[in-house]
Amino acid sequence: MPKVEVENVYKIFGPSPKQIIPLLEQGEDKTKILKKYKHTVGVNRTSFTVEEGEVFVIMGLSGSGKSTLIRCINRLIEPTSGRILIDGQDITALSSAQLREIRRKKIAMVFQNFALLPHKTVLDNVAFGLEIQRTNIEERRRKAKEMLEIVGLNGYDAAKPSELSGGMQQRVGLARALATEADILLMDEAFSALDPLIRKDMQNELLSLQQKMHKTIIFITHDLDEALKLGDRIAIMKDGNIVQIGIAEEILQNPADDYVREFTQDVNRARIITASAIMRDAESIVLEKSGVLIAARKMKELGISSLFVTKKSGELLGIVTIENVSSMIRQRKEDLETIIDKNIETVGLDASIDEIIPLFLNTKYPVAVLDEDNKLKGIIFKSTILAGIAGEGGNNDATHC
Amino acid sequence: MQPIARLPLGEYIEIGVKWMTNNLAGFFTGIREGLANLVGILGDLLYLIPVPLFIIIVAALSWWVSGKNLAIFSVIGLYLIYNLQLWDKTVLTLSMVTTATLIALVVGLPSGILMSKSNTADKIIRPILDFMQTMPAFVYLIPAVYFFDLGTPPGVVATIIFAMPPIVRLTNLGIRQVPEDVVEATKSFGATPSQLLFKVQIPLAIPTIMAGLNQTIMLSLSMVVISAMIGADGLGKVVYEGIGQMNVGKGFEGGLAVVIVAMLLDRITQCIGAVQKKSGKVFIQQLRDKHSQNKSI
Repeated sequence: MPKVEVENVYKIFGPSPKQIIPLLEQGEDKTKILKKYKHTVGVNRTSFTVEEGEVFVIMGLSGSGKSTLIRCINRLIEPTSGRILIDGQDITALSSAQLREIRRKKIAMVFQNFALLPHKTVLDNVAFGLEIQRTNIEERRRKAKEMLEIVGLNGYDAAKPSELSGGMQQRVGLARALATEADILLMDEAFSALDPLIRKDMQNELLSLQQKMHKTIIFITHDLDEALKLGDRIAIMKDGNIVQIGIAEEILQNPADDYVREFTQDVNRARIITASAIMRDAESIVLEKSGVLIAARKMKELGISSLFVTKKSGELLGIVTIENVSSMIRQRKEDLETIIDKNIETVGLDASIDEIIPLFLNTKYPVAVLDEDNKLKGIIFKSTILAGIAGEGGNNDATHC
Repeated sequence: MQPIARLPLGEYIEIGVKWMTNNLAGFFTGIREGLANLVGILGDLLYLIPVPLFIIIVAALSWWVSGKNLAIFSVIGLYLIYNLQLWDKTVLTLSMVTTATLIALVVGLPSGILMSKSNTADKIIRPILDFMQTMPAFVYLIPAVYFFDLGTPPGVVATIIFAMPPIVRLTNLGIRQVPEDVVEATKSFGATPSQLLFKVQIPLAIPTIMAGLNQTIMLSLSMVVISAMIGADGLGKVVYEGIGQMNVGKGFEGGLAVVIVAMLLDRITQCIGAVQKKSGKVFIQQLRDKHSQNKSI
């Protein structure tokens, strides 16, 4: 069962929002709805699911409805229509007392501008969620101390939030959210107010915390790099709609529309795109079945100057070049095995382009892509890399070399 | 010649006031007695404190909330009042101000909170506050006399009406000014509306509410003096007698005492809000000291 399910959620702002839904269903334009009916569409029929332990990033420009959407999940904003299930329980149907219970135990939130309580000490800020639950003071302070240690702020117990830097304040915000032991974290542009270096630190810290804690995190950001770094899956929002959901690579490789493509233009693709996405189909010959003549013919057919050789099982043995093959033919020797060059570079399926590029310095051959069992899965040429960075997919046309 | 008949608004008001005087006499007498008692008790309590001790207490308080200068000023000012033989009147004025302020607080704080929570309440209460503040103070001295007779109680009632708006307005403002994301964060942790109010909104609104309290106290003082016109006792009476007898010296002495009391009340209440900040600064200083100690070790 998914941890969080959002089903056909609408949020429309205005005096009679429910009447706008049928118009939206008929495909009425949002700007027209704003002009003619004076209603603002915040979230327009949105559905997604988040699995337990997943980091789900919702990305979009300001005004795309992402902050509204995340607030629907704990009903800080009431959705106009639709269902939101948390552990299978529809929270849109809850009474306010039941909702408070969910907010206390299951969902915690981290805010863009930290939203700390300026009149309380750091320790009492972290303990605030527990204070709301009426936990006794020793217990909640003990817990808060523990959390401060986790986020690396021990010793600041008695300080006031205003005495801390932005990064430290957000650590307090994070500790406060962790202290209630809720298993869902909603993070609304949690790192957007921090400067770039601190931001990177916080991202890394969140990732390492996540490895230990396995929370279900819904993270809002307008920064694609952040989304790619943190997100197990990413949803891209535009004008209240989710236009694409997928893992980082899918979004970079197959942007659903021009909006997403524009978003992904500035990304350092080399860091994200993996060997499996750009590799060409593996052209190879099987040692047991082939001799030099078959190798020569295949290379001629494909117009290439080298060819990988595998065992019958698919395991990679090495590469033969056209020069060696022709000299064998001239010497009338048959045995392919003697000319296999084992000195080749190989990478795993999930190696990034950044990791692959340096390999070409050491070899004149293409790089072989292997799976966990050393079976040949594909080939990467220098030209494939350029195409990958430029954003073309690994379509298997035979334009080798 | 007027195109339409003049609306006899004044007559209606008079009829209304007369009706209330005749039919609600018991109610008004009750309030009158209650206020007279409250002012009396507070006055007696203040009288109980010997003058030197009173001066020392005020000076110590001034020192704590503000500093040496205010403490020195309070000693000189209060001694001058004592020397001019205006101590009794000053104590009476203070007890009237305190009574009016307390009642204004008891009514004003909840009204301000209500206004901040409900836009409808805001829309209803706001014009009432405008009315209370801008209607010339002398105008409601008259019905006050109708209802409560001459003396101190009608003075206190008029004072309460005149002095209450700031505390209501600034309570409302203070709560509405609490940053939206802090309110959201509090709700997101499952706070009940009363937890939100008492743990977050009111504590954060305190500086603004204190500014309102300061205004209320200052307005109380000014109105208490004016209400000498309807027989209220205190420093106002001294000033009013000075005017009546064309006695410039007496009027000035009374006026000076009012100014001294006003300045003391103003500075002390203004600084009470800042005391918290001061302790915060002290705390940072301690932190720094500790840090430098650690370094030297």
